[in-house]
Amino acid sequence: MSSELADQAEETAKSEDGPPSPATGGDGRPGARGFTEALLDAVTSGNTVTVTVLAFLCAIFLGGLIIAFTNTTVLHAWGNLFSAPGKAFATAWDTAAGAYVAMFEGAIVNPHAVSAAFHGGPVSTVFNPLSETAVNATPIILTGLAVAVAFRAGLFNIGAASQFIGGAMIAGWIGFAVHLPFILHAAVAVAGGLVGGAVVGGAVGFLKARTGAHEVIVTIMSNYVMEYLLLYLLGLTAFRRPGNPNPISPPIATNAVLPHLFGSTLRVNVGFLIALAAAAAVWWVLNRTTIGFELRTVGSNPRAARSAGMSPERTWIVVMLLAGALAGLAGAAVVQGTNFNVAPQIYGTYTVDSITVALLGRASPTGTVLASLLFGALRAGGVTMQASTQVPVDIVTVIEALIVLFVAAPPLMRAVFRLREPRAGGGEQLEARGWGG
Amino acid sequence: MELKLRGVTKRFGSLVANDHIDLDVAAGEIHALLGENGAGKTTLMNVLYGLTQPDEGEIEVDGRRVRFRSPKDAIDAGIGMVHQHFMLVPVFTVAENVVLGREPTKPFGLLDRRRARGEVQDLSNRYGLSIDPDAYVEHLPVGVQQRVEIVKALIRQANVLILDEPTAVLTPNETQELFRIMRELKASGRSILFISHKLKEVQAVADTVTVLRRGRVVGSPPPSATDAELATLMVGRDVELRVHKEPAEPGDVVLVVDGLVVRDETGRIAVDGVSLEVRAGEILGVAGVQGNGQTELCKALMGLLPVDRGMVAVGGRDLTRASTRAVLGAGVSYIPEDRQEDGLVESFSVAENLVLDVYDRRPFSSGISLRPDRVRDAARTSMAEFDIRAGSIEVPAKTLSGGNQQKLIVARELSRETRVLLANQPTRGLDVGSIEFVHRRIVANRDAGSAVVIVSSELDEIYALSDRIAVMYEGKIVGVVPPTTPATELGLLMAGATSTRGEEGLPGEEGLPGEEVSEVQPA
Repeated sequence: MSSELADQAEETAKSEDGPPSPATGGDGRPGARGFTEALLDAVTSGNTVTVTVLAFLCAIFLGGLIIAFTNTTVLHAWGNLFSAPGKAFATAWDTAAGAYVAMFEGAIVNPHAVSAAFHGGPVSTVFNPLSETAVNATPIILTGLAVAVAFRAGLFNIGAASQFIGGAMIAGWIGFAVHLPFILHAAVAVAGGLVGGAVVGGAVGFLKARTGAHEVIVTIMSNYVMEYLLLYLLGLTAFRRPGNPNPISPPIATNAVLPHLFGSTLRVNVGFLIALAAAAAVWWVLNRTTIGFELRTVGSNPRAARSAGMSPERTWIVVMLLAGALAGLAGAAVVQGTNFNVAPQIYGTYTVDSITVALLGRASPTGTVLASLLFGALRAGGVTMQASTQVPVDIVTVIEALIVLFVAAPPLMRAVFRLREPRAGGGEQLEARGWGG
Repeated sequence: MELKLRGVTKRFGSLVANDHIDLDVAAGEIHALLGENGAGKTTLMNVLYGLTQPDEGEIEVDGRRVRFRSPKDAIDAGIGMVHQHFMLVPVFTVAENVVLGREPTKPFGLLDRRRARGEVQDLSNRYGLSIDPDAYVEHLPVGVQQRVEIVKALIRQANVLILDEPTAVLTPNETQELFRIMRELKASGRSILFISHKLKEVQAVADTVTVLRRGRVVGSPPPSATDAELATLMVGRDVELRVHKEPAEPGDVVLVVDGLVVRDETGRIAVDGVSLEVRAGEILGVAGVQGNGQTELCKALMGLLPVDRGMVAVGGRDLTRASTRAVLGAGVSYIPEDRQEDGLVESFSVAENLVLDVYDRRPFSSGISLRPDRVRDAARTSMAEFDIRAGSIEVPAKTLSGGNQQKLIVARELSRETRVLLANQPTRGLDVGSIEFVHRRIVANRDAGSAVVIVSSELDEIYALSDRIAVMYEGKIVGVVPPTTPATELGLLMAGATSTRGEEGLPGEEGLPGEEVSEVQPA
C-alpha cells in the first residue's frame, strides 16, 4: 500500500484527471476511494475486447505448456531431448493439442458425432456438447449477473453462494414438499428460489444501509451462515430423504422439474432460457429504468447521487435484493434443472466463478453472459478431456485463473503484443494502479 | 535558465489543442500563461513536462534542443511542476514527502533523515516558506501543502517552475503569500511559468504575459494592461465583467432560515444560529472567507447535512428535516461547490448528467421506465441553449472542460421551474466568458421570480450579482449590507472585525448584538 502511494507521489500526475490527491481528495475520509471503487473502475472501464481475446489466447498457450509438462510421457521424452529433440517437441505438442481437441469436442462439437449422424446415427449427440455447455453456463450466468449488478452500484457481492443456497433451499422445498400441477409447480418453485435468494441478499443490503457494515465482510460471512444452515436443515426430518442416512433432500416432484428444451436426451432445459431472460432483464433495469439510473449513479459517484436527491442506502438495499434474486434463480435452476434434489456442496464454486465472469464481462449483462458461456464451455470440455485423455479436469481451473490474471494486467498484454495504449481515460488510471499495487 | 518553445503543436483527433505555439521564458522572470479553460494551457504544460509528446515543434533549454519523453527528462533538464492536485503522501512528514524518490541514504541504504530535514529547512529559510520539515502533510493547510510541492521541485534543482492554477485552492491571504514566494524565487534567478485565468493575479505578479485562445497564442500584452484588454484577448470579444441587471423587484418572502445550527461531519458546530429571509426576485450574496460555514449552510438547506436546531422553510413549507429529494421537489435548484464530486457523474454522458436530479420526473420517465428519447431531445436543446461545448450529448462529462461542466450543471438546474436557486461558488475556476454566461443566467433566473442565494468567496462576484450581501464569519451572519458597501468595510466584516464594527458604523450594523441579525433592505 505504501509503495503504491509512494509510486503515485513520485511519478507525479500521469494525467490531469488522475486519481484525486490523497491529501485533498475525496470527502475528507482518508481512503474514501477504496478498493471496491478502484476495482469497479477497473472492471467497467479497463480493457478493450482485443485485450480480453489476447488474454484468452495467452491462457490457452500457457495452459497447454502446463498440460504438456505435467505429463510423464512428455517429461520422459524431454529427458532425452538431446538424443531425440524432434520427439520431445512432438510429444509435447501431441499431448497439449490432444487435450484441447478433446475439450473442444466436449464443449462445442464432436466431428465423429457429426459424421455418425450423417450415417444414420442419433442427431442429438451432435448437439450434446453445446447442450452441456449451456447447462454448465446457466448457474454461472445467473450468479455472475448477481455480482455484476451489485458492481454497478458500487458493491462487491462475494455472497453468491449464500444467495444461491437461499434460492436452492426454498425451490427444493417447494419441489419436494408441495404438490401442484405441472408447469405451475415448476414456476412456483422458481419464484420461491428467487425470493429465497432475495431475502439473503436483501439482508446484506439492509445491514449495510442501516449499520454501515461493509458488504464484503457481510457477504463472506453470510456464505458460512447459509452453508451451515443448509447442513442443519438437511439433518432435519422435514428436509431429509426418508430412509437415507446421508444429508440429502428427497427428490423433487416431476411436476417441479424444469422441462428440457430439445427432448430428454439433451440436458439443456428451461433454466438456460431463464438465465438469458434474466440477463436481458438486468440490461433493461440498468439502462432503461429510473432504478437502474439510481443504481449506476450511486455506483459511480455516491456524493453526486446524494446531491441529486437519491438515497444510496435505499439503492444498496434494492440492488442487493436484485442480486440475491438472481443468485437465488441460479439455485432454483440447478435444483430443478440438473440435480433434482438439495445436497450439501450444491453451491459448488459459484462464489468465485461469479466474481470471475463479472470481471471478465466488465460488469455488463452481455459481457457476463459471454464470459459465462466461455466458462461453461471450459467446464463441459474439461469433463470430456479428463475422460478421453486423462488430463485432470482441474486444468480448466488453471486456465480460468490465467485468463483472469492476463485480463487484470492490460499493460502486460500490450507489452507482449506491442499494442498501442488506449486513448487517455479510465484505462490509463487503471494502468497506474495496476503497476503501483 | 532560458526556455524556448517553437511551433509546438499537439492534436487530439480533430481537435488542435496547441497550434504552433511559440513561447519564450527568460531567466528570472514570472511569465504568465493566461487563457480560458480549454484554451490549451494544460496541454502545453503537459508537453513541457514530458507528460505528452508534441506532434510538431521543438523545445529549447538554454539554446539546446531537448526532447522530453517523460517527466523524468523534464526534471533532469531543470523543469519543475506544481500540479493543481497535489501529489503528496498524507501520512508522511514534509521531509519524507520532499525526498521521496531521491532519498538521501547513509551506508547500507539507511534513510538519512537528518539530511532530508536539513535540506528542507535550508530551502524553507532561504525563501521564507515557513515549513516545518517534521510536520505531517495531512495536518497542513492547503497553502502549506502547496509550498511543500514547491520545495519538492526546488530540491530537484528546478530552474523553471511551472505552477498550474496555483491559486485555485488558496484563500486570498495564502495567495498573497504565494506571490511573495514567487517573487523571492524570481529574485534568486529562477523562472516561473504561472498558469492562470484570473486577470487580477496576472496583473499583480507577472513580468510577461502570453495569452492563449483556442490553442493559439493571441497576444503578449504588458502586465499593466487593463482587465478589459486582457479579458478581450482571452475570450476574443468584449466581455462585460459587470453583469447588466435591473434593480431588484423583491416579492414575497420565499426562503426562510431561522436560528439554524448545523454540525459538520466531525461534529463541530459549523453553522451557528443563522437567520435569513430571501424574497422572490432578489439575489442574496453570502460573502465570507471560505470555511466559515457557508458550505455546511448550503448542505443543510439541501437536506445533505442534518439540522441541529432551527428551521428552514420554502414558500411556507417546513423543510427543516426534509430529504434532499423533497427539497428538490419543493422547487429548489442547487449548484454545488464541488462540481466534479457533487454536481456530476464524470463517467456518465452529457445527456445523463443533464437529468441527474430530474430523471424521475416527467417527461424523462413514466413509472420506473426511463424515456431515453426524451432525455436526448432535452439534452440537445440544453446544449444549444446553454452553449455547452461537447463532442456530442453522448460523450462522458469528464471529457468536458471545467467551464462546460459548470454550464452543464447550470443548464440542468435552471431548465426547470425554480422557486429558490442556491448556488455555492458558481463560477470558481471558470474563465471570463463562462463567468459572464453563468452570471447572466443567474440574473435571468432572479428576474423570472426566484429567490436566489449565491455563496462566493470572490468579492467581484458578490458585488456583481447581489442585491443584498450577507457576510458570514465563523458560522454566524455578522451583517447584512447593501451592495453599495465599500469593499474595505466588507473585508473587515469578512475578517470578523467584531471589535471595530461598532465604531466603523457600517451600514446595516445597527442593533447587531451577538447572534441577532438585522436585515437591511437594499437602498
